[in-house]
Amino acid sequence: MTIPLLSLQGLTKAYPGVVANDHVSFDIGDGEVHALLGENGAGKSTLVKMIYGLIKPDSGTMLMRGQPYAPSEPRAARADGIAMVFQHFSLFDALNVAENIALGMENPPPMGDLAARIREVSENYGLPLDPYRTVGDLSAGERQRVEIIRCLLQDPKLLIMDEPTSVLTPQEVEILFETLKKLRSEGTSILYISHKLEEIRTLCDHATILRLGKNVGECVPAETSARDMAELMVGSALQTPERAGRALGPVALDVTGLSVPSPSEFGTALKNVHLTVRKGEVLGIGGVAGNGQDELLGALSGEITTAADAIKFNGQPIGRLGPTARRKLGVLTAPEERLGHAAAPDMSLTENALLTGSVRENLETRGFLKWSDARVFAERIIKSFDVRTPGPENAARSLSGGNLQKFVIGREVLQNPEVLVVNQPTWGVDAAAAAAIRQAILDLAAQGTAVVCISQDLDELMEISDSFAALNEGRLSTPRPTAGLTVEEIGLMMGGAHGMEVAHV
Amino acid sequence: MIVLEKRPQPSKAWSYATPLVAVVATMVFGGLLFAILGKNPVEAIGTIFWEPLFGEFSFYYRPQLLVKGAPLVLIAIGLSLGFRAGIWNIGAEGQYIMGAIFGAGVGLAFYPLDAWYVFPLMVIAGAFGGWIWAMIPAFLKVRFGTNEILVSLMLVYVAEQFLASVSLGLLKNPEGFGFPGSRNLQSYDAAHNAELIAGSGMHWGVVAAFVSVIFAYVLLNRHMLGFHIRLTGEAPRAAKFAGVNPPRLILFCLGVSGALAGLAGMFEVSGPSGVVSIDFNVGYGFTAIIVAFLGRLHPIGILLAGGLMALTYIGGEIAQSQLGLPAAAIQVFQGMLLFFLLAFDLLTNYRIRAARSEVA
Amino acid sequence: MNLGEINPILLIASLMVAATPLLLAAIGELVVEKAGVLNLGVEGMMIVGAISGFAISVETGSPWLGFVAAAMGGALLSLLFVLLTQFALANQVASGLALTLFGLGLSALLGQSYVGIKPPSMGDIHIPVLSDLPVIGPILFQHDPILYVGIALTAGVWAMLKYTRAGLILRAVGENHDAAHALGYKVVRIRVLALLFGGACAGLGGAYISLIRVPQWTEGMTAGVGWIALALVVFASWKPWRTLLGAYLFGGITVLQLNLQAAGVAIPVEYLAMSPYIITILVLVILSADKSRAPASLGRIFHASH
Repeated sequence: MTIPLLSLQGLTKAYPGVVANDHVSFDIGDGEVHALLGENGAGKSTLVKMIYGLIKPDSGTMLMRGQPYAPSEPRAARADGIAMVFQHFSLFDALNVAENIALGMENPPPMGDLAARIREVSENYGLPLDPYRTVGDLSAGERQRVEIIRCLLQDPKLLIMDEPTSVLTPQEVEILFETLKKLRSEGTSILYISHKLEEIRTLCDHATILRLGKNVGECVPAETSARDMAELMVGSALQTPERAGRALGPVALDVTGLSVPSPSEFGTALKNVHLTVRKGEVLGIGGVAGNGQDELLGALSGEITTAADAIKFNGQPIGRLGPTARRKLGVLTAPEERLGHAAAPDMSLTENALLTGSVRENLETRGFLKWSDARVFAERIIKSFDVRTPGPENAARSLSGGNLQKFVIGREVLQNPEVLVVNQPTWGVDAAAAAAIRQAILDLAAQGTAVVCISQDLDELMEISDSFAALNEGRLSTPRPTAGLTVEEIGLMMGGAHGMEVAHV
Repeated sequence: MIVLEKRPQPSKAWSYATPLVAVVATMVFGGLLFAILGKNPVEAIGTIFWEPLFGEFSFYYRPQLLVKGAPLVLIAIGLSLGFRAGIWNIGAEGQYIMGAIFGAGVGLAFYPLDAWYVFPLMVIAGAFGGWIWAMIPAFLKVRFGTNEILVSLMLVYVAEQFLASVSLGLLKNPEGFGFPGSRNLQSYDAAHNAELIAGSGMHWGVVAAFVSVIFAYVLLNRHMLGFHIRLTGEAPRAAKFAGVNPPRLILFCLGVSGALAGLAGMFEVSGPSGVVSIDFNVGYGFTAIIVAFLGRLHPIGILLAGGLMALTYIGGEIAQSQLGLPAAAIQVFQGMLLFFLLAFDLLTNYRIRAARSEVA
Repeated sequence: MNLGEINPILLIASLMVAATPLLLAAIGELVVEKAGVLNLGVEGMMIVGAISGFAISVETGSPWLGFVAAAMGGALLSLLFVLLTQFALANQVASGLALTLFGLGLSALLGQSYVGIKPPSMGDIHIPVLSDLPVIGPILFQHDPILYVGIALTAGVWAMLKYTRAGLILRAVGENHDAAHALGYKVVRIRVLALLFGGACAGLGGAYISLIRVPQWTEGMTAGVGWIALALVVFASWKPWRTLLGAYLFGGITVLQLNLQAAGVAIPVEYLAMSPYIITILVLVILSADKSRAPASLGRIFHASH
């Protein structure tokens, strides 16, 4: 038997209250694309951070080509030929591509030489990139290229990729896979982290499945059905949300010619967005992150005000109204960023319930707050949405991501909105909680609420939405009925390959 | 190796304990400082903290506590509202000066008219003077996004020059034999902020300080506006999402803190000081920053912290005359207090844990 | 009044002297802010530098040792800021204010026995030929050595930030400390070094006031120069050469108003004395439209979590 490139043996890492990795063992061979499969919170990130030297295991060992391997820091890991493309890119917006890449290298050549090498390597792998562009101006896909090229310049033996396709359109995913296949043919091993089963079946030679920090099984993806892998990953058969057949009512939300500049420097302006949502309809809005999702939510919530006529609710212009006035009418929103936007981290759940609930739940009289009523409202959210917390006096930041997400979605759902706009409602949430949130959204629609669901999870949108549109560079494609849409068509609505060149392999 | 571990939520116990721990640490290190200066540390600390309250002449010093504490509390309450919302008015000293000039100016304009309405008008003018001075950074921040820290601070120096100008010119006592400084308002009954009960130190400024504490307490704990102030400080984006109008909040916070600082200046100039002069201001506006933080930006805390800081002022003066302790030593002492407070604040949000060496 | 008494050559020469304390303090703060830290304690570090430099010069008779002591004094005080913000993770605004309040008190305490003393003079350099040139000579080549140190520091910081790897890493840390940490850079260590440098520069600037510009010791003699230096960094959009330009501009205003005071212009002295502060405000207003150059992590607390 050959000695594997990297062998993990009984890796364990515990944090207060949670064992992130519990005796995880597996091998990665040369030139192998190895999938690490698991739900959010299964311990995938902790595991790769140990391999990359960002954290140290409590116990267990790693062997590289049979030799003990214990990187004390990322630098050491890189020196041993391990490179990593992060899910949240560790890039510097204000610096250019070459500077960003230089920062990731131990002994970078002079800038001029480096720029030439970047050009050469990027062409070679079908990922063209201009070394002198400012990173903040690049699209998500291009930013990922910067990270990949930074890794490739080190000639890695093992490339770790953490959920690389979450920021790509289907067409861009194909380009990436070509590049990865070329790397494999050159003998580079790839540790590919994902929870998307189809991708893994197309790309990976071998898969290790993690659940709650434990290695619960290994398989050869091409020979295993997606259903079997899903069951290994989740541990039980999942309930798929029920969609009751429902009649759509009159138009509740009407957005016409909405154009707004982005409030943040590297944000995306909305350009001439049109959409209508009828009572009882769920409109799914897809698109790669950073294409105007935050801005669209801001314009609909009232954080960004627009021309009065650009947004109409039941025929009434509301573009100029702020968040409080819109809530009073019944237009509610739930932003993507839980901590700091949808909720104040250091404040209690009662205070966070008050944050958006004061108008509709009648939690104030002439400016004076009714704390006991706010507490009752918070308890109601906790109970109805099964939020795991000792009580409403606990700070928002003490909740896990999934629980806080249930809280902030529940807070809006319980206020009986006429229109509900949610952005990434199940991002970073475990499968059971995600199913519950989707069900709540569908139930709301069944009661006649007009729902706009912005998400990057296409499977989610296909599951719950009646019609689908995609954001691409601040423009919204014309909404189309979800039924009958192909992946190809969705990809084109999302902007296709964004003019990126396909790898010539 | 020691590592910090973020607590799931801020510790209530530590948030109450840190000011006390900071005071104790300051006493220890302050004592060390006094020892280096060749003074008996126990005696010096005792003089500062004991003499004004329970010493032989405490009948004289105790009222002084109110006199010194009132402006500190009044200013610190105003500052705390802004600090809570992440709006940094550090030019209270300038607003204090302008409040005094405006207040005294109105009083002197009526001289020697003896009417009941003179003093109330002076109060309004004093608050207005501080308010308008704070509106400059507020307006510039709202309109142009200018940094309020630097603008409000620059305006302190401008106010000091303006103070010099009016003491030598506009408000100079025409019967003052050419000496700089205004008429003494203490000898102008209609404008005099006299003690309400003789010998108690209790003047209208003290009343205003207590009222401001209650006002701030109700605002922060019971009112939507106070909730929005806290929300803005904790999570500005969430505040905007909740419907806070940031410009309005900036105008409110800076306006209130300016008006309160102006009131403090007005009560001082018409009462304990009596005269608009070049050296009228003694740094209350800056010390109030320490008071605000020491009181954890909480109204009741500020009341206690104001008392403590007044104690160090008075005790410091006693130590100066009895032990020859330099005045600057007290200033260092007060600065130290803020340092320790900020340092120990760590314990509210983080747990300190000994850990095996780990790459973090 | 007699405007004819104002000598343009002397005016420009003294403008450079007036600008140097500002330049020194601002260039230090620029490096600190480029690393992503906002240290509002510049005024405090300057005044401590002013008294340490003054005291050591008087005691040793050497202005050079005085400047070394000033740099050490400023750096030592900035160490307190380091402890608060980098290790105790305290709010940077509050900590900077604490530093200033503490520094003002400490300097007053240290300086008690130095009031009214004249420090040893450093003397101006004399370069053959250059210093003797008419007009240019007195303006550019007849100054004390520290003034040239200030210009050299500006050039050095500029080159460091633009061309060296250390400069690139410093900028990266200020831009996105989480990403820098993820790449394995020691964010705290880099920031500590930047803060110490900033403290040393502020100390030098303070000593320049007490040893060369004035030269004597009075309490609170920095009179807001540290705060103007902070404004100057914003004015300069975090660029070294623009800092130099801005410092000379402010130096020019200061010198001009002093000259106007001396010439007996019909504007009251107090209003002339206000002018540098008012102009600082005006400049801030004009420049506050463009915030894009500010390092993105400026003022944010960094805690390495897992």
